[in-house]
Amino acid sequence: MNAILTIENYAKTFCLHERNKLIPSASHVNLSVYPGKLTALIGPTGAGKSSVLKGVYRTYLPSAGRMLFRTASGEIVDLAQADEHLILELRKSEIGFVTQFLHCLPRKSALDVVAEPLFARGVETEEARGRAADLLAQLAVPSHLWNVPPATFSGGEKQRVNLARGLIAQPRLLLLDEPTASLDPATTERVVAHLETLKGSGIAMLAIFHHPDLVRRLADSVIELSPPVAIVEPVEEIA
Amino acid sequence: MSNKILSVRGLSRIHGEQCPLCISSTGPENDTNICPHCGSVVAAHDVNFDLYRGEILGIIGESGSGKSSTVKMLYFDETPTAGSATFYDGDVQHDMFALNAAQQRSMRNKRFGMVYQNPHLGLNFQISAGGNIAERLLMSDLKHYGEIRTRAGDLLVRTEVARVRMDQNPKTFSGGMQQRVQIAKALATQPPLLFLDEVTTGLDLSVQAAILDLILEIQHELGTAMIVVTHDLGVIRLLAGRTLVMKHGRVIESGLTDQILEDPQHAYTQRLVASAL
Ligand SMILES: Nc1ncnc2c1ncn2[C@@H]1O[C@H](COP(=O)(O)OP(=O)(O)OP(=O)(O)O)[C@@H](O)[C@H]1O
Ligand SMILES: [Mg+2]
Ligand SMILES: [Zn+2]
Repeated sequence: MNAILTIENYAKTFCLHERNKLIPSASHVNLSVYPGKLTALIGPTGAGKSSVLKGVYRTYLPSAGRMLFRTASGEIVDLAQADEHLILELRKSEIGFVTQFLHCLPRKSALDVVAEPLFARGVETEEARGRAADLLAQLAVPSHLWNVPPATFSGGEKQRVNLARGLIAQPRLLLLDEPTASLDPATTERVVAHLETLKGSGIAMLAIFHHPDLVRRLADSVIELSPPVAIVEPVEEIA
Repeated sequence: MSNKILSVRGLSRIHGEQCPLCISSTGPENDTNICPHCGSVVAAHDVNFDLYRGEILGIIGESGSGKSSTVKMLYFDETPTAGSATFYDGDVQHDMFALNAAQQRSMRNKRFGMVYQNPHLGLNFQISAGGNIAERLLMSDLKHYGEIRTRAGDLLVRTEVARVRMDQNPKTFSGGMQQRVQIAKALATQPPLLFLDEVTTGLDLSVQAAILDLILEIQHELGTAMIVVTHDLGVIRLLAGRTLVMKHGRVIESGLTDQILEDPQHAYTQRLVASAL
């Protein structure tokens, strides 16, 4: 089967001008992600797991390497170099990212926060809200919270809203950064079941899990990252 | 039809006589926008970007960096000293600065909208809120009194200003409400492109949040492309998909907004983001 994403020699180094410092956060990363399969990133804190996901999503500008993404129309796009408008388009329709935290919009109900990616794709308001409600129910978010803005929710409730928002549009590639970190065991089970269903429907996933147990249960392949070696030479001032 | 709605190339605005050294002696490297040789102010120099339909572009930077100058030129409030801008209106392309004054006025009234930080610039305080909107509707094709009145009222309701306030003078409104009237006025002709210059600056936080929500709702409903000028990182985080960072009249960095905030490349942007945390 063809990979949907192939990362070749990705590296990310931050250049902090103020402190005249280069901080490597990931290096020599090579991996592939396949439709219907989950690739898990493991490794100690500081190994650069999140830096890989953020590089793919282009929240970080990759410092080196290629990230070849196969689009729905069969084109191969190097996400590391792609035009910003194309990245925005792919984020809307093909690549989803579930982060640990919900960056919430003020005043919007949980239902609309979750339905937002569907609105962005032009799905009708009522249908989008209906699908959001189904998903919130599946993730056991109590229905009395659906019409309330998530600002006042507990950590676990917020995380489920965040997860629902990331999962609802069923992107072709899903990036997951510790999606179950603050959930209780019963809710974690629901999330696992849901991720299995999504895999079954052909969605490709690149994921970081807090618990080794989840890696064992969900991962089809495991990539171990080790912390990049620190660079000590001072850098030339660019600006 | 391309996805592009606006294409800006080499846009520049220099106030003063200009000398051959104006450009090389100003900008972030020289830490000034004032030419030490002739005293000219390089308000903006060589601004380039493309805006797509329905996209929100943020422009951020410190006071005096050239943010307002940039949008004012595009709204024909100011005349550029160099550069070009192409407005893609449906299938028709307009070389904006080659248009005559009447054509520019018509484009500004019918196809663009502007919301200023200072409501005095955007609203006529001699007439009612409804009158302000009617003025703009009259410049478009609507001519029938009853129709204009209904539409003005609808716009006020859409921006959450009660219809009963239509005949009152905006002078008597709160700052947040004045901004809502400005937004209603800007939207009157359903322009595909809207400029917003510091529209929430100076308002109470809760009023700011409500106005930002309104802007997002409008963008979602009408698919309006917008250029949002602000010095508030929170505003671009919420609204803009892409962002330009300006300093001393130059664009020093541009990128996806989350990338600008989490992985800023330029020393100045790194300081800006760090100081906002
Ligand atoms: N008519 C003018 N004559 C001379 N200098 C001007 C004129 N208009 C603007 N400038 C200067 O051009 C520079 C850019 O001004 P501009 O209003 O675009 O800044 P800005 O980024 O919008 O700042 P702020 O955040 O304070 O609104 C400033 O140094 C300003 O003083
Ligand atoms: Mg300004
Ligand atoms: Zn000079």
